[in-house]
Amino acid sequence: MTKEYKTISQISGPLIFVEKTEPVGYNELVNINLPDGTTKRGQVLDTSDDIVVVQVFEGTGGLNRDCGVRFTGETIKLPVSKDLLGRILSGAGEPLDGGPRIVPEDRLEITGAAINPYARLPPKDFIQTGISTIDGMNTLVRGQKLPIFSGSGLPHNEIALQIARQARVRGSNEPFAVVFAAMGITNEEAQYFMADFERTGALERAVVFLNLADDPAVERLITPRLALTAAEYLAYEHDMHVLVILTDITNYCEALRQMGAAREEVPGRRGYPGYMYTDLASLYERAGVVKGRKGSVTQFSILSMPGDDITHPIPDLSGYITEGQIVISRELHRKGIYPPVNVLPSLSRLMNSGIGATRTREDHKAVSDQCYAAYAEGKDLRGLVAIVGKDALSDRDKKFLEFADMFEDRFVRQGVDENRDIETTLSIGWELLAELPEAQLTRIDNKYIQKYHPAHKAKEKEGK
Amino acid sequence: MKNKGEIYRISGPVVIITGLNTKMYDVVKVGNEGLMGEVIGIEGDKSTVQVYEETSGVRPGEPVENTGMSLSVELGPGLLESIYDGIQRPLPVLKEKMGDFIKRGVSANGLSREKEWDFVPTVKKGDKINGGDIIGTVRETLNIEHRILVPPTISGTISEIKKGKFKVDQVICTLEDGKELTMMQKWPVRKPRPVSKKMTPGTPLITGQRILDGLFPVAKGGTAAIPGPFGSGKTVTQQQLAKWSDTEIVVYIGCGERGNEMADVLYEFPEIKDPKTGRPLMERTVLIANTSNMPVAAREASVYTGITIAEYYRDMGYDVSLMADSTSRWAEAMREISSRLEEMPGEEGYPAYLAARLSEFYERAGKVKALSGKEGSITVIGAVSPPGGDFSEPITQNTLRIVKVFWALDAKLAQRRHFPSINWLNSYSLYTKALGPWYDEHVSPDWVKLRNDAMELLQKESELQEIVQLVGSDALPEDQQLTLEVARMIREYFLQQNAYHEVDTFCPMDKQFKLLKSIMSWGDKAHNALDGGAPIEDIMKLKSKDDLAKVKYEKEFDKALGVILKTMEDEFAKLRGK
Repeated sequence: MTKEYKTISQISGPLIFVEKTEPVGYNELVNINLPDGTTKRGQVLDTSDDIVVVQVFEGTGGLNRDCGVRFTGETIKLPVSKDLLGRILSGAGEPLDGGPRIVPEDRLEITGAAINPYARLPPKDFIQTGISTIDGMNTLVRGQKLPIFSGSGLPHNEIALQIARQARVRGSNEPFAVVFAAMGITNEEAQYFMADFERTGALERAVVFLNLADDPAVERLITPRLALTAAEYLAYEHDMHVLVILTDITNYCEALRQMGAAREEVPGRRGYPGYMYTDLASLYERAGVVKGRKGSVTQFSILSMPGDDITHPIPDLSGYITEGQIVISRELHRKGIYPPVNVLPSLSRLMNSGIGATRTREDHKAVSDQCYAAYAEGKDLRGLVAIVGKDALSDRDKKFLEFADMFEDRFVRQGVDENRDIETTLSIGWELLAELPEAQLTRIDNKYIQKYHPAHKAKEKEGK
Repeated sequence: MKNKGEIYRISGPVVIITGLNTKMYDVVKVGNEGLMGEVIGIEGDKSTVQVYEETSGVRPGEPVENTGMSLSVELGPGLLESIYDGIQRPLPVLKEKMGDFIKRGVSANGLSREKEWDFVPTVKKGDKINGGDIIGTVRETLNIEHRILVPPTISGTISEIKKGKFKVDQVICTLEDGKELTMMQKWPVRKPRPVSKKMTPGTPLITGQRILDGLFPVAKGGTAAIPGPFGSGKTVTQQQLAKWSDTEIVVYIGCGERGNEMADVLYEFPEIKDPKTGRPLMERTVLIANTSNMPVAAREASVYTGITIAEYYRDMGYDVSLMADSTSRWAEAMREISSRLEEMPGEEGYPAYLAARLSEFYERAGKVKALSGKEGSITVIGAVSPPGGDFSEPITQNTLRIVKVFWALDAKLAQRRHFPSINWLNSYSLYTKALGPWYDEHVSPDWVKLRNDAMELLQKESELQEIVQLVGSDALPEDQQLTLEVARMIREYFLQQNAYHEVDTFCPMDKQFKLLKSIMSWGDKAHNALDGGAPIEDIMKLKSKDDLAKVKYEKEFDKALGVILKTMEDEFAKLRGK
């Protein structure tokens, strides 16, 4: 039995300071026994011969200097087993669904270890999400981390759910699972996710971790790590392809800032701690494919940009770690377009390795580049039209202006349950591009124009 | 005092130890697992150590041992084709020892102790040798001859020199005073290797990237920075440079970057052939990969590890290019450690010594006369990731004060898929003058003027664009409309380059010259035709204009361009005829 210390010298925010202990390990798990018989858990943040700093996950409410502190001698671990599938757990990993405790096959450290870059396999399996703006323009591949940059009041949850429902690697029937971690979202939002999981039967293949808005903020710091540990276990031990949805990263970062402030650290930009990049990387980088193992971890996190500001430290640092981002646009949402994905600032860095002749179709990159360029030009012209009026535009410019409108209306817009395969997406792209003069299609190789351009296709048919 | 002490306090990667006699930057083994760390501060009998590995579970009271050495790298044959973490542990060896995930407490030699190399001496018994001299060679890869150097601090007369197959730690040469030399030497990473003289760079680094070679060249031995917001193409540009630069050795540092991207590099480099030698690029490359979730202190060290290896090859007389992606992650690692040390922060929480560290690093670039008398160079190209794409932040600003070439990446260009998305108005190169004579001799005496004309045109375009924004392009006089069109051709036909296209990914100097010259001469002819009364609509519709758009993708460029130039002559002759 480990010793119980009654030497708390100070309680400050989520931190307690314990004096005169025997040597305590860094990051060690701590149990705190309250006078009323309940127990709280914490983790060692700073340890020395004189004083040990502990962050308390369930908050320090009700603690006083009479509490007993036990150091467990081990770091935080998650009991894992295949039975995790179908379970709903709290943000600290305790069952919430009234089910039994997990009988562990193994107990894994939740901090996880970095994958040796030499052991990684470059991700390249195309995941078809059925959403044109993602499949066609910002292709997701297995093992990628691609967050949704959204804002308050935008339909990011619908999009995330649509992806969770529709995402498939074509022509494969490999086992897959969804790990869903809620960090500080409201009960209502959580209900919405749960209802959809139940409706579609996805819950059997899902592990859910819920840290809701009224749960302690500090707990949010471990919730995503529990989720990723579960995901890695299912992927690397049970050969599953795991899609991890973390929502909302912004709440996680707020919790990080809160902890930093409580520890009286030197703050970085906008008060967020200087190590936020490293901390976020320790979450995001836990996606990937490992050589010689069948499973994979793909991350699709949701991040709401405070004030829709993409230069805010949270989206900014995330963008530097993740392999691209899907940006949700308030402007498109106001126009009534779903999914309101603004393709221009969106990006998938791994797109090029996931598309092409053997993976999607040979003309994919050309079509996507051309749509990007034409849409960007059309959008610029909107600004000009606002000043000089449409009549001042040349005929060429008018075509591009129309292209931008059609692109939003036909390519971007689709139904919540509409699952477009990649061929459909590309042919919509071609139909729109066909409205532009052919000489303007400078990004498309002539041989693809001959093969896929609707005008040539029609001619070919006539010829036959 | 003794060389064994114990841990007093642990806070993340920063550990305070007590009872140990240390010097600044000594490497110490921390805790029961012997985690590697470096002394970065001393106060009383306590020393502050940054630990290169994860410290979870480590307790106060655990033992600490001082190795008495500074953080050093092993230099010798076997560096090329290697892939290291930030403290020169080979990743394949780590994978063998601890599996797919990086665990801790494992040490690994930077150079293989097993492999034998065929050593051919170039000196003989009785020769006097000094630090930095070449005593023999080893064929490291098919095209790279590894020159075995005398460690800079050693000199004497040779009493015995061997020939034949040896491992890196076997003695190959003995001096009269009894000193023994092996093929391997160690060098502390934070200390620049000595040179006999620094020289002024005068040869451009040919990268095969039109906007870089053509408009904003960097000299061999120069320094360049690529700042840009995320998604603007920093990594692709860096990788293109690593692939195509015409230096003999490439050191690529992935400092705090993405694991999947590093995996991509690791897969791709052995596949790609060097355009000059036809051998895999990996044979001239040293990769250092410290991804963002690997320990932060090792990230801080990775940049020094890389530049020390680069200096070693420079001392052999090679041109080396070093890509650091990204220096911002390195600076952030400094900030993170500094804040754990509770140092007084400077701007935006960065330590006050940020500027000094950056300039020390970039100063290790340069063209030099090595101790051996050979000339070598290190070109340093550092990516910068400014938060929010804001170039006024401290790392970008401190970097710009040092480097001579600035390639400003622009998210707007990236969004419209203009790649490489380097902004031609904001970027600059201070080498264009110094490199002038080289271009006159090796490209064409017309090159410098052609380049300046193109730049002027692009500048003019941006002025005209402001007017167009107000009144629309149709309101401009016809000759200005034509100027806009030629500028657009330069942007789209010349500056845009597709890194993923088999032909376009690399563009030799000669092709760059011909392409730009053809576009500019199309422009001249078009202006002449307009002055001669030809209607602008007809000029805009010329086939030769559209043909020029795609000529860069042609495998047989010269032939295709010849045909286009002919078409161009004919078409303009016809216009004049009307």
